[in-house]
Amino acid sequence: MATALQTAFDNTHPAKTHAETMVVRFAGDSGDGMQLTGGQFTLSTALAGEDFATFPDFPAEIRAPQGTTFGVSAFQINFGAGGIETAGDEPDVLVAMNPAALKVNVGDLRPGGLVIIDSGEFSARNLAKAGYATNPLEDGSLARWQVMAFDISRQTLTAVKAFGLGNKEALRCKNMWTLGLALWMFDRSRAPLIEWLRTKFSKNPHLAEANAAALNAGHAYGETAELDGPLKQFAVDAAEAAPGFYRTVTGGESLALGLVAGAKLAGLPMFFGSYPITPASPILHALARLKEFGVTTFQAEDEIAAIASAIGASYAGSLGVTSSSGPGIALKGEALGLAIITELPLIIVNSQRGGPSTGLPTKTEQSDLYQAVYGRNGDAPLVVLATRSPSDCFEVAIEACRLATQFMTPVMVLTDGYIANAAEPWRVPDMASFEPFPVTFHTELHPEGHINPYQRDPDTLARIWIKPGTPGLTHRIGGIEKGVATGNINYEADNHQAMTDIRRDKVANIARVLPPQTVDQGSECGRLALVGWGSTYGPIRKGVQRARARGLDVAHIHLRHIWPLPANLGDLLRSYDRILVPEMNTGQLKTVLRDQFLVDARPLSKVSGQPFKIAEIEAAIEAALGERA
Amino acid sequence: MNAITTPADWATDQEVRWCPGCGDYAILKAVQRTMPEIGTPPEKTVFVSGIGCSSRFPYYMETYGFHTIHGRAPAVATGIKLANPDLDVWIITGDGDGLSIGGNHMLHLLRRNLDCQVLLFNNEIYGLTKGQYSPTSRVGTRSPSTPFGSVDRPANPCSFALGAGARFIARTIDTAQKALPEILKRAHAHKGTSFVEIFQNCIVYNDAVFDAFTDKKAAADHQLHCEHGQPLVFAKGTKGLAFDAGTMTVSVVDIAEGDTTGIMVHDEYNRILAQLLIDMPFGPFPMALGVIWCSPASTFEAAVVEQNVAASAGKAVDLDALLRRGQSWEIAAKDFHTV
Ligand SMILES: Cc1ncc(C[n+]2csc(CCOP(=O)(O)OP(=O)(O)O)c2C)c(N)n1
Ligand code: SF4
Ligand SMILES: [Mg+2]
Repeated sequence: MATALQTAFDNTHPAKTHAETMVVRFAGDSGDGMQLTGGQFTLSTALAGEDFATFPDFPAEIRAPQGTTFGVSAFQINFGAGGIETAGDEPDVLVAMNPAALKVNVGDLRPGGLVIIDSGEFSARNLAKAGYATNPLEDGSLARWQVMAFDISRQTLTAVKAFGLGNKEALRCKNMWTLGLALWMFDRSRAPLIEWLRTKFSKNPHLAEANAAALNAGHAYGETAELDGPLKQFAVDAAEAAPGFYRTVTGGESLALGLVAGAKLAGLPMFFGSYPITPASPILHALARLKEFGVTTFQAEDEIAAIASAIGASYAGSLGVTSSSGPGIALKGEALGLAIITELPLIIVNSQRGGPSTGLPTKTEQSDLYQAVYGRNGDAPLVVLATRSPSDCFEVAIEACRLATQFMTPVMVLTDGYIANAAEPWRVPDMASFEPFPVTFHTELHPEGHINPYQRDPDTLARIWIKPGTPGLTHRIGGIEKGVATGNINYEADNHQAMTDIRRDKVANIARVLPPQTVDQGSECGRLALVGWGSTYGPIRKGVQRARARGLDVAHIHLRHIWPLPANLGDLLRSYDRILVPEMNTGQLKTVLRDQFLVDARPLSKVSGQPFKIAEIEAAIEAALGERA
Repeated sequence: MNAITTPADWATDQEVRWCPGCGDYAILKAVQRTMPEIGTPPEKTVFVSGIGCSSRFPYYMETYGFHTIHGRAPAVATGIKLANPDLDVWIITGDGDGLSIGGNHMLHLLRRNLDCQVLLFNNEIYGLTKGQYSPTSRVGTRSPSTPFGSVDRPANPCSFALGAGARFIARTIDTAQKALPEILKRAHAHKGTSFVEIFQNCIVYNDAVFDAFTDKKAAADHQLHCEHGQPLVFAKGTKGLAFDAGTMTVSVVDIAEGDTTGIMVHDEYNRILAQLLIDMPFGPFPMALGVIWCSPASTFEAAVVEQNVAASAGKAVDLDALLRRGQSWEIAAKDFHTV
């Protein structure tokens, strides 16, 4: 997390149940507007000064058949006092808008947790659609939890009656009613949300007021409901964060902003070629609105054209960027080789999702690491970076721009569906705090004969970058191997050996300029190190924290640079007795670490489409240490 | 500021490596000869190609050049032109490169109308990979991959281009050293994607496929040179094309004593006529050559630039402010306690 958070202060209110942190999950039909409810609840959380992390989890179908379990959409938020790194293992509160949402989600609810249910949706038909043989509200199957069931649908209809909406339209306000109730439960101000509704429905003030009425009614319901029932108010601690300017940010937004910032630090216009795909599209959407920052976006006819156009733009002197998800990255493979052999700067963002093939488009996974590091024909090295959280995307994107332009190389940024959609508070940095890395194009005329476009900096091995349009420096580049000394086509064996070595060394040598790998928690040697990358950062960090609090000897190492790996990483890893690599794949970083350092890295795999739970990490730590004891 | 150039200024020091007698030589010569007349300086000119014998072309032009990957030249060219609309972009492609693996990109290039010139070298064969049939090969083409003759119907490049929304379509022959430069100049002058199909003889794998109209003896009787405002006549003025409004078809009619009454007059702006000229089957009909269709429309890169400018107008370019946009809050320094 971007926030540096301290211990909670006590602001317990006698009438409220006090909690340091709280996990709430809103679940409903994909048509119920749960993502919107969650998003707005997140906003109010941010405004209340609480730390948070969110996990939106929605079905692949845009409008799955109503009431079915596969049409359930959920949004989870973990909020409260400091140090929140994950969206939470188990919800404390579940809001279930229909039987299907209850069925899919209630099993995750903490025993004793509160489930709020819209009983108005529990008709025989809906129960059947969800696959319930008997009504769970009546058959005692929810005994493990505190159940608060009431007819939210009817409450909403009553609340918006004055607005004369049709039944269907009126029921659409249900999510605002629920949000109102949630605002009451966590003692949040309604004003900013009512303001938001008025802006959102500015073309239709009638709807704005109906939704506001629903929101107010939900809030009032909480206030007037029986206080000795399970429904109660919670006082959740606010975070004590470092001073500064904060905003909420999703990974998609933060990555887009980082690219804009990186292009600016390089002094280049940005060209962004992309083809829509879940969960990568938010980056395209965000950049399409930022034309005043020198950004040109191009929705290409396919992923191949997207990367090819970005390569063309880089060739012409812009910073070419392309973005996709696994299946699209697969299509870009051949063109990646072209960018590598022509040594052009290029940034490729992969918002990973479950694979192979179409796989699980809306579920998160980290299974494209092999693809990023190894997935091309020929010896084709490029730089691979990984983001660990929504706010981290900003810095990683800048780092990608820096490495791409300084070393004339493609850089792949691995992020994932979880990071792309999740939101967290971000302490907004000052642009002045970033060192610019301006690009200088080569313009110097060659004394005699022809310029060799593959002429390079002896230190970085980066080749010169000549913009077409520059007088006297016309030259040809392309996918056929070129002569080291001339830049002309060259098929000779020794030359190919030399060029292959240069391409390898150029990327490998980047490790020399990277900061040495640090240990996130724990000491630089010991019994066990957990090595992670990407969005597993949060759960690993928390898991290690808890284990260490219990006195276990475990360290946490988190990698941003996947290729090349930091120069000191091999020695660092060898200083632990055991290495455990938790990954949302079947063990890909584990393989790379074994290959690069001959260390006995062990995998901890999870590919269920859900992030690791802190408890899972803790259990794995115990097992790893126990096994040895 | 444009220094006067000669054809030699447009040739690189690289040895040209096509098979002796390949039609590509003639095209290269015509292009190098025409560039000084076009007048864009070499450093403002970019040749972009895919993969194939034809796609080696950029290595022989003393301009900026990018030999990309199979079929993707239109996409690379789009990025180049959007990044720098001042560059004069030429795309060199083959029948396989442009219509098989790259058919999709060609479609989108044409419909978007990026300002560039496409020279499609149609030899009705895959030259570089040693002679397999291509999407323009005629039914029955025997090749290593179709030893008993190809069975699939070919695509007509100009018809494809017209259907895709091209606004400039011309057709010519590799050896037509008089017509080819004129077409190159017209293609260059046209704002938007200019699609030029060049019948190119692959002497090794598909020799003489176009002889029925390119051969000196056949040319007069089987080539129809389309000139805007002129009657569509051939065979030294003894034959012409007439239109039957009832059946909406064209037919070849004899012309007696130069009387062209009833003969269609070429109109580059008439899309229906273009379709008829492109689609008329060779044999019963002559091969229509020249500028067949030219109807300028606004270009893609101009629209992109225009929108970039319009959308930026009046907006402050303040990155720090951008980062702070959206739902935000501030935590004052006095609230901060260290532990
Ligand atoms: C991805 C990919 N697939 C296949 C090839 C092999 N290949 C190279 S050129 C070519 C066909 C070229 O035909 P055409 O475009 O007509 O060019 P010509 O050689 O006839 O000028 C093929 C199949 C390749 N280079 N790349
Ligand atoms: S194979 Fe055919 S097209 Fe290729 S260079 Fe030889 S003659 Fe020309
Ligand atoms: Mg060919």
